[in-house]
Amino acid sequence: MSWQPIILTLELAALTTVILLIVGTPLAWWLARSGAWWKEAVATVVALPLVLPPTVLGFYLLMLLGPNGPGGWLASLWGARSMAFTFEGLVIGSVLYSMPFVVQPIRNAFEAFGDRPLEAAATLRASPLDTFFTVAVPLARRGFLTGAVLGFAHTMGEFGVVLMIGGNIPGQTKVLSVAIYDYVETLQWDEAHLLAGGMLVFSFTVILTMMMLEKRIGRGGR
Amino acid sequence: MSLSVHFHGTLGQFALDVAFEAPGRGITALFGPSGCGKTSVLRCAAGLQRLNGRFALDGDVWQEGRTFRPTHKRPIGYVFQEASLFPHLSVRTNLLFGHRRTVGRGVPEHIRLNDVVDLLGLGHLLDRSPEHLSGGERQRVGVGRALLSQPRLLLMDEPLAALDRFSKEEILPYLERLHGVLSVPVLYVSHDIAEVERLADHLVLLRQGRVVAAGPMQELQADPTLPIARMPEAGVTLPAVVAGREDAYGLTLLRLDGGHLLVPGDLGPQGTARRARIAASDVSLARNPPEGSTILNALPARIVAAERQDEVQMMAVVALGEEGRGARMLARVTRKSWDALGLSPGQPVYAQVKGVALVQESL
Repeated sequence: MSWQPIILTLELAALTTVILLIVGTPLAWWLARSGAWWKEAVATVVALPLVLPPTVLGFYLLMLLGPNGPGGWLASLWGARSMAFTFEGLVIGSVLYSMPFVVQPIRNAFEAFGDRPLEAAATLRASPLDTFFTVAVPLARRGFLTGAVLGFAHTMGEFGVVLMIGGNIPGQTKVLSVAIYDYVETLQWDEAHLLAGGMLVFSFTVILTMMMLEKRIGRGGR
Repeated sequence: MSLSVHFHGTLGQFALDVAFEAPGRGITALFGPSGCGKTSVLRCAAGLQRLNGRFALDGDVWQEGRTFRPTHKRPIGYVFQEASLFPHLSVRTNLLFGHRRTVGRGVPEHIRLNDVVDLLGLGHLLDRSPEHLSGGERQRVGVGRALLSQPRLLLMDEPLAALDRFSKEEILPYLERLHGVLSVPVLYVSHDIAEVERLADHLVLLRQGRVVAAGPMQELQADPTLPIARMPEAGVTLPAVVAGREDAYGLTLLRLDGGHLLVPGDLGPQGTARRARIAASDVSLARNPPEGSTILNALPARIVAAERQDEVQMMAVVALGEEGRGARMLARVTRKSWDALGLSPGQPVYAQVKGVALVQESL
C-alpha cells in the first residue's frame, strides 16, 4: 500500500482549509454585518454545495475550468494547459465544495455577539480593523475552530467533486477516497480495509476533539 | 457653555428635535420617560448613531453638515447600560483597552490605572474574568475602562438601570466620588429622578423627542410649571455647608443660601459641603413663626410663585430669607389651607421643614 494518497489528501485538506479561512472570514463578516438586501442570495450560493450532488458541482467546474471553459485561462497562471485533472483544480473544487462548512459557523459566531462589543471598542478608540482583530475574531473563536475542523474533515472525505475534476492521477489527484474506491474495484480488500478503517478512526478523533475543545472554549477559557 | 448639542431627525414613530447647551464641567442629566429619545441623543453624541444636526465640544466640531467624525476618533468615554465588558479579556486588559489606544499613542495621561483602581475599588478584581463579577462590579469596571481612555467627555447611558437596588446603592457612592474628582463634563442619561438628584448639576428635561426645559438643576427643580414638580417625589436639592453642632442633642447645623437647618447626625467638621434634598411634601407653610411645635426647622421665606396642581393641591415656591433672595424650595400644600391662610405670591411666610435627606458628600 502506498502512503501517497494519504499525504496528498492531507495536503489538499490543509491547503483548502487555509484558503477557506482567508477567503471565508471576510465573506462571513460581510454576511453577518451587511445590510445589503441581496446578501441572502450570496449566502444561498455559498450554501448550494450542501444540497447539490458533488458530481453536479464537479461537472460545472470541469466545464468552467477546462481548456475551453471561460475559466480555462486560470491554468496558464500555473503554466498548465488546463485546470482539469490537476492538483490546483482539485483545490479550487474543494474550496467551493467545503465553503459552507467554514463560512456558516464563522458567520453564526459573528452574529452571536451582536453590535455591542463592536460599539464598545469603537468608543474606546479602536478603529474598525483593530476592532475586527482584537474583539470580533477572539469572540468568534469557537466558530473559527468549528469551521476549520469541519472544512478540513469534509475536504478529506470528498469523492464526487474529486472524481469529476481531478480524476485519478497518482501523486496529483489520487486522494484517499479515490484510492479506496480503486482498491475495491481491483478487489484489494486488505488495503481498502486499512484506508477505510483509518478514515473511520480519524473522523471519530476529529469530531471528539472538536467537541471537547468547544466545550472548553465555551467555558470561557482565556 | 462648552457643550453644544442639536440633533433632529426621525426615530421610528416620532420626530426628534433636541437642542441644548451644557457646561464644560459637572454632570448634565438627560432626564425623561422611557422612549423620549434621551439614549438616542447620547448615541448621536458618541457617533454610534447618526441623525442630522450639530455637535461641538469646546468649539471642536464633531458633527455639522456633512462633517461626521466616526466614533473611534471622538475623545469620549461611554458607559453602557449593561457594562459590555469584553468577555475574552481580563478585568485589567478590559480597563486598559482604551488606555493602550490613547496614552499608548501619545495622548497625555490625565487618568492613571492606579487612580481608577483606587477610586472605584477595583484592586481585588484586576486578574479576574468579567464573567465572574457581580453586576455592580462589572459596571464599575465599565466606568473605569471609559475613564482610562482619557475622555474629554463622558457619556453614561443609564449606567444603573440594569442593576438591582442593592448593587445600585453599592455603586452610587463611587459615582458621587467621581463627580468630585472628575474635571471632564458628563452627559448622564436616566429616567430615575432620585439618581439624577444625587448626581446631576445641570438638567435637560426631555419628552417625546423635545427639550421641555434645560438649566441648572436647582432652578428647574424649583419651577412649579415643569412636569418634575408634578411627580410625587418632587423636591429640591440644595448645596449646604456644615456650620456648627449641637452635640448635646446629636444635631448638626447646616447653612443654606438664605437660612439654616438643624439635621440629625454628625456630618463632619465645620465647612464640609453636603447636598441637602428637601421634598416638597416635607415642607409646610405658616404665616407666623410657629410656637409649640416639634418641628425643628422653620425658616423665614417669601412665596415667589404658586401653581395649582389638581383639585386638592397647590405647589408653592418659596425663596429663603426675609427678603426672599436665597435658595428656593418647593412646598406642597392643600388648596384648602392655601385659601384659609390667604396665601399669595410675594407674602412672607415660615417654611417648616419636616425632613431632610443628605444625598452627597462634597461638590
